[in-house]
Amino acid sequence: MKLARVVGTVVSTVKSPVFDGRALLLVDLLEPDGREAGGYLIAVDTVGAGAGETVLVLDEGTSARQIVGAPYGPLRTVIVGIVDAVEGPAAGSG
Amino acid sequence: MQLARVIGTVVATMKAPNMEGMRLLIVQPLTRRLEPVGQPVVAADALETAGPGELVFIVGAREAAEAMPNRFVPVDHAIVGIADAVEGLADGGSAAGSREPGKAGKKPRKPRKAGR
Repeated sequence: MKLARVVGTVVSTVKSPVFDGRALLLVDLLEPDGREAGGYLIAVDTVGAGAGETVLVLDEGTSARQIVGAPYGPLRTVIVGIVDAVEGPAAGSG
Repeated sequence: MQLARVIGTVVATMKAPNMEGMRLLIVQPLTRRLEPVGQPVVAADALETAGPGELVFIVGAREAAEAMPNRFVPVDHAIVGIADAVEGLADGGSAAGSREPGKAGKKPRKPRKAGR
């Protein structure tokens, strides 16, 4: 899983059916200390994440489909958690 | 998943049997600010509707094959959606994902293009 920050949305009407009714969010990948790591992903929201929030992103298809409850479909990247805090030396706080 | 722009089509008469009838497009991956990044790749069009110049999103690896009608096909990149708009969120960092940053929060959430 990866740390990321919600920075935008993708609006799409024509898409694979597995994405119907699901929010597609743009997330910037982060270093543990909160700096941008470079790179981004388009992720399906499963937790109600909002703008600017730090989130936990899963980028693996089998787990992603399991979380969403879809046995098939091109689902790979999902937001699975909202991060309250990152602690320890990696976060620059220890 | 990443954003990408369709920049061409591939015609291949000889290909793996499972790939017959598959639309193959060349796509240039983009940053979220819609700048080209990395090398173009050949992606299967799972929607059968993407055309040159269109902004799409692609998925890589095994999930690409999952996008196709037959899931057991030799495909490693697939177009899984057409992006009507990319919008930055009001307090989501730089909000530079939007092509019209000043209007990001006001735009109605509906497709820009008619007929899609």
